[in-house]
Amino acid sequence: MEPATFFSLRLSLQVATAATVLVLIAGVPAAYVLARRDFRGRDAADVLITLPLVLPPTVTGYLLIVLFGRNGLIGGPLYHWAGWTVMFTWQAAVIASFVVALPLMVKTARAAIEAVDRNLIDASATLGHSEPWTALRVILPLAKRGIVAGAVLAFARALGEFGATLMLAGNIPGRTDTMPLAIYSAATSGDRGRANMLVLLFAGLSALLLYTANRLGRRAV
Amino acid sequence: MKQSAGIMLALLLFGAVGSGWAQEKQDVTVAAALSLKGAFEELALLYEVKHPGERVQFNFAASGVLQRQIEAGAPIDVFASASSREMDELDRQQLLEVASARTFARNRIVLVVPAEGRAALRSMRELRQAAVQRIAIGNPATVPAGRYAEEVLRHANVWDSVRGKLILCENVRQVLDYTARGEVDAGVVFATDAAGVNGIAVAAAAPAASHSPASYQAAMLRGAEHRAAGRAFIDLLLSAEGQAVLKRRGFLAAP
Repeated sequence: MEPATFFSLRLSLQVATAATVLVLIAGVPAAYVLARRDFRGRDAADVLITLPLVLPPTVTGYLLIVLFGRNGLIGGPLYHWAGWTVMFTWQAAVIASFVVALPLMVKTARAAIEAVDRNLIDASATLGHSEPWTALRVILPLAKRGIVAGAVLAFARALGEFGATLMLAGNIPGRTDTMPLAIYSAATSGDRGRANMLVLLFAGLSALLLYTANRLGRRAV
Repeated sequence: MKQSAGIMLALLLFGAVGSGWAQEKQDVTVAAALSLKGAFEELALLYEVKHPGERVQFNFAASGVLQRQIEAGAPIDVFASASSREMDELDRQQLLEVASARTFARNRIVLVVPAEGRAALRSMRELRQAAVQRIAIGNPATVPAGRYAEEVLRHANVWDSVRGKLILCENVRQVLDYTARGEVDAGVVFATDAAGVNGIAVAAAAPAASHSPASYQAAMLRGAEHRAAGRAFIDLLLSAEGQAVLKRRGFLAAP
């Protein structure tokens, strides 16, 4: 395999893995709160998290630049303080992937948590267990199938993320060109041979990952 | 009942879209380099005044991207490219009507910086400074302005030292946006693109000798459906009125 292809492949896996870990860390608690708590602004929070699922990736990318750019709302102070900006780095690709993959996890996990039998939760409470104990030992284990499915979907979405990544991370050969970006470059510059090779490789890898995830998910649950 | 109302609505929508398509078929479709956008939109108004009832449809993108679309069979009548390379490649595939090809304008290459710049730049050579961390140019593989930018940087003997700072953009607009936002310290674009953009200052102009001539060519495609209209549009580009519009937008006359 050419070094450039290997780099893109490795970067894609690295970005998708990092994004999925973040999605798990943020998404499962968010799904839990949305499913189990009734608070003001719950619908608004749900809409905000889900929005990147329906917005065109270019809009998401634009909003992320406004937030994380060197003069952005968050990126500005960060650059001022640390002299570093996330723009055009592989971490920017992680941010973009995280934002677009999060709703898939939250939607799936929330549905799974809401489907947990109320009687079991009440029984746990009646036996004197605190809410955190109930959440960790009763609710989340019972919702495991949904959480695993959410993680698989999130990983797949992160792996294929293109639009917002292109805007926030740029398309820098050897630095931020994930597989989708490398495929786009090859296709738009007329390099059919390379495009074909990358497409086959990427499609094969994605299929293999999904197949493995499905099998693991079935065995684990 | 509800369902049939839905079906009616869907049919109405399809009908509207369908008649929209049918109407578009009367229009001449011009695929043009993104740097021509302002000038061509003005020229389209002129064209529509001269040819009542006819309309010009545009497809603006980087010339290289348009070339791929044409190769893939996009229904386009006239192609206007920001460099001769795309034309030559399409010609080699016998997709162009060579007799209709005309060079109608030229452009210059400039170095732009954010208006509230951190680095005070006056020449391409100064891009080597450590203060300049990121430079946006069009992707040379698809964006003619990027290809000229590469030539300019090579001519100034800084290509190898600035290579690691380059952010390759999909088109000239993206270069301008990153520069205006201060996401990059400098960008290289066509002079006409930089003119009048908020948040952008022109730091230096590239000498004409530092890059191959940035000449714009227009040609009719072999598969063009609206030949008369296409030819009329190309004629308009070369007419005194057309040239006046291009000149006012900062383009140089074709040699």
